[in-house]
Amino acid sequence: MIAHSIFFYFFSIIAIFSSLMVITSRNTINSVFFLILDFISVGCLFIMVGAEFLGMIILIVYVGAVAVLFLFVVMMLNVAEQKQSWFIGKKSTHLPTGLIVSVLIFFELLVVVGGWKYKDNLMSSSTLDISSISNTHQLGLVMYTDYILYFQLAGVILLLSMIGAILLTFRERSGVKKQSYFKQISRSPESSIELKEVDSNKGVKIDD
Amino acid sequence: MIEIGLGHYLSLGAIIFFLGVMGIFLNRKNVIVILMSIELILLAVNINLISFSIFSGDIVGQIFTMLTLTVASAEAAIGLAIIVIYYRNKGSIRVEDIHGMKG
Repeated sequence: MIAHSIFFYFFSIIAIFSSLMVITSRNTINSVFFLILDFISVGCLFIMVGAEFLGMIILIVYVGAVAVLFLFVVMMLNVAEQKQSWFIGKKSTHLPTGLIVSVLIFFELLVVVGGWKYKDNLMSSSTLDISSISNTHQLGLVMYTDYILYFQLAGVILLLSMIGAILLTFRERSGVKKQSYFKQISRSPESSIELKEVDSNKGVKIDD
Repeated sequence: MIEIGLGHYLSLGAIIFFLGVMGIFLNRKNVIVILMSIELILLAVNINLISFSIFSGDIVGQIFTMLTLTVASAEAAIGLAIIVIYYRNKGSIRVEDIHGMKG
């Protein structure tokens, strides 16, 4: 019981601190760093409370995809007041925050891995039967049977968002030479080969 | 204080939700921070759903959390695409500079 409270306060204090830093930090890249820290703390909290699959999904989807997407957009749009580069130069503006965030993430992962063996007596109040089958197994048993329609609907939503994002950011550039497979394949010998009579001692002019 | 119950998790969700809403209103820098605040709000919703699911012993809350997560990632992708094309057209995504609809 005391272990559960220690875990909870550790991760929740880090989560609240990092979400405060997300909305108050001056540099947008630092905001994204603290957003990553926030996602990882909440994911660890989910893992320790008994929803392991969703904790891992949060680590994969949020940290691995969404936060990195934010980071890409912030760096591409050059909206963060980015004066120094990362490592070259006198002082780097992102290095201290990056170090703080990564050291915190490292300690959180240490706490989760070290506390894993106490996990069974963490949740005494839980009524989910976590001993017989795993959380992933339970989710799969319900999701693919009773909620299959919602699952498919989520896939359709993801497809729609992918099409929308590609359509929004796609632009046709003029003056760029591109390979057109259709034109290449649909050439016929009549349109591309020209037979010429070559007179002796005169040759053929190629470019006229 | 020592006994961690449902109320602690709901309080954590409420605090993160509050911080996300405050981030939307306080932010004067750029729109990306607003999108990040929306992600914080959705994370708070996920905390609520998962804690109710764990403490009341019903797995359906976790399935709904997965659906919320799907919608959140789709929303982030679309929102970032809109921000990219807005920056390409107007050259700025500061909140003060976006007044095309006279809002």
